[in-house]
Amino acid sequence: MSTNKESWGTRVGLILAMAGNAVGLGNFLRFPMQAVQNGGGAFIIPYLVCFLLLGVPLLFVEWSTGRYGGQFGHHTTPLTFHKMNSRWFWKYIGVFGIFSNIAIASYYCYIESWTLSYTIHSAIGSFNHLDQHGVAEFFNNYVDISTTTTGIPFEAVVFFILCLVLNVWVLSRGLSGGVEKVAKIGIPLLIVFGVFLAVRGITLKAGSMGAVYDGTVGLNFLWTPQFDSLTNPKVWLAAAGQIFFTLSLGQGSVQCYASYVKRKDDIALNAMSAGWMNEFVEVVLGSAIIIPISIGYFGLDKVVELTQLGGLGLGFRIMPYLFAQWGPLLAALSGIAFFGLLFFAGITSSLAMGTPVMSFLMDEFNWKRKSSALAFGFAVLFLGLPTVLFFQQGVLDEYDYWAGTVSLVLFATFEMILFSWVFGMKRGWTEITHGADIKVPVVYRFIIKWITPFLLLAVFIGSLVRPANDEWNKISLRGWKLHNESIIGQLKHQGIGPNNSYFSDRFFAEHSGIVDSVYEKDGSRYISITDTTGETAAASLYSLRKIDKPVVAAGASVKSGDVLYTGNIVNRVFYIDFARILLLSVFAAIGVLVFIAFRKRKRTGKL
Amino acid sequence: MNTTALLFMIISEAAITALTVYFFVKVLRSKKKGEPDSYSEE
Repeated sequence: MSTNKESWGTRVGLILAMAGNAVGLGNFLRFPMQAVQNGGGAFIIPYLVCFLLLGVPLLFVEWSTGRYGGQFGHHTTPLTFHKMNSRWFWKYIGVFGIFSNIAIASYYCYIESWTLSYTIHSAIGSFNHLDQHGVAEFFNNYVDISTTTTGIPFEAVVFFILCLVLNVWVLSRGLSGGVEKVAKIGIPLLIVFGVFLAVRGITLKAGSMGAVYDGTVGLNFLWTPQFDSLTNPKVWLAAAGQIFFTLSLGQGSVQCYASYVKRKDDIALNAMSAGWMNEFVEVVLGSAIIIPISIGYFGLDKVVELTQLGGLGLGFRIMPYLFAQWGPLLAALSGIAFFGLLFFAGITSSLAMGTPVMSFLMDEFNWKRKSSALAFGFAVLFLGLPTVLFFQQGVLDEYDYWAGTVSLVLFATFEMILFSWVFGMKRGWTEITHGADIKVPVVYRFIIKWITPFLLLAVFIGSLVRPANDEWNKISLRGWKLHNESIIGQLKHQGIGPNNSYFSDRFFAEHSGIVDSVYEKDGSRYISITDTTGETAAASLYSLRKIDKPVVAAGASVKSGDVLYTGNIVNRVFYIDFARILLLSVFAAIGVLVFIAFRKRKRTGKL
Repeated sequence: MNTTALLFMIISEAAITALTVYFFVKVLRSKKKGEPDSYSEE
């Protein structure tokens, strides 16, 4: 007999929790970056088309798959997939629906802890007297666990654990007593904070509070439609990726939340309500904060350059400095609103990641709710600590790429094929429309069967063989150079450069250029090199440990592959492979647990 | 802002806001299904 007696308290609570699952850091940090990097108005049209052709169908499919599994007491994808088709491999494909949640939560909780810390720092005015470089340095110090910004030793680790404890505590109170209550407080507060910041962004005036341009300059860039973008595969790939990320699709959390809905109750209207709520937060609020404010201060070209830092870089290295231009009171209020909304967006998503893991333990191994929440906490701590300790070595990026990007597309492709072609569209459509409080447009029956699966396959294949510099016209039967971030490129460590062994006694220059300076600061030594090979000069900063010895001096000209310093060096490629092995081990461990659970159910006749 | 951008923004944001409100209001106004349903507090 399963110990899982969870249920939702109210329908509004379920919708807010599901919207909270979807609304995350990506709505405010990733979406604006994607929009800027893909040409502003060029991005919006493919984005909206992808929402209708990928997002909405997947929402229908994931909600109905979840509710279908719930009828048989299955609240996670491995056993639900087995129920939909009994071929042996489907349950192992369903492992993604548990794995992605643990792996994403491992770095997501860490970023969530930054937002918690930055909310406190904004309130106490830590950024008020810092210049732009100082705010960026503040972030570097924060993620460097050997330094502290508050006097608390190992501050980044402390905030990470604090955040994790908060998540575990809420999860241990159950769906209606914990998750739903946080969503009911968090989502309205997030919208209030978002509206406050959006109004500030849109009404920003050139010449006022140090702004150089009106906030509307950023909106103009974002909303000027460019119809020629419709033929650019790069923009379509980015738009499709953003839809996955923003709606938390292909992750297993939507199915888990929906599995606690009874068969006679609606899922179609619920799915639309939660999905469109996410779009409101992303498009209406998310587009009106970072872009107008940052373009107001730096201008378009500089912001396009700054987006190379990524959404996290812009959000944590730049925004506190811009808020500080508004005077101490407004800076504190805006900082609390911005990082507070990111915190609520983050925690409502990380709670959704904990639920499938807990449900699996309660369903299959009769664990109690509190023990399951603790198990999730320890799993995330074990897998998350490397992202904290080795953040600068790229472990977090590696988790994000494999678990937070590739796994989602792969899993969604498989689940779409299972639902529409194996389970069958006749049964699938019945599942979607049963108990529906809206009339689902019949065109979606066609889209789910014939459009979305092929779009997903196209996105996956596109990510697999993405060409260098996104020059899609160079693809030919004779072969083409792959992008470093293509799946094959990543697997081959393409772009890793001359430091391609795990351990070495010499560190080689990754680009050709001129050594600007070799200096010591706060006990660390740095070599700064201006890369002269690109069209524009870009600086690379290498951080040395105390025991490393530089072999170049300021003014020296270096070529890629020349020795920069000597010492006992552990190269980045070691951490990359370490992260991949960790992720693979977790996937395999969950696979073994699914195998044991399956055998147990088969033995007791409860399949 | 140029007129095209302004129009595109207003139409897109108005449509998204309207659909968000429409679906949420529809949830609030939907008839409750008979017990036992999925919600323990309603």
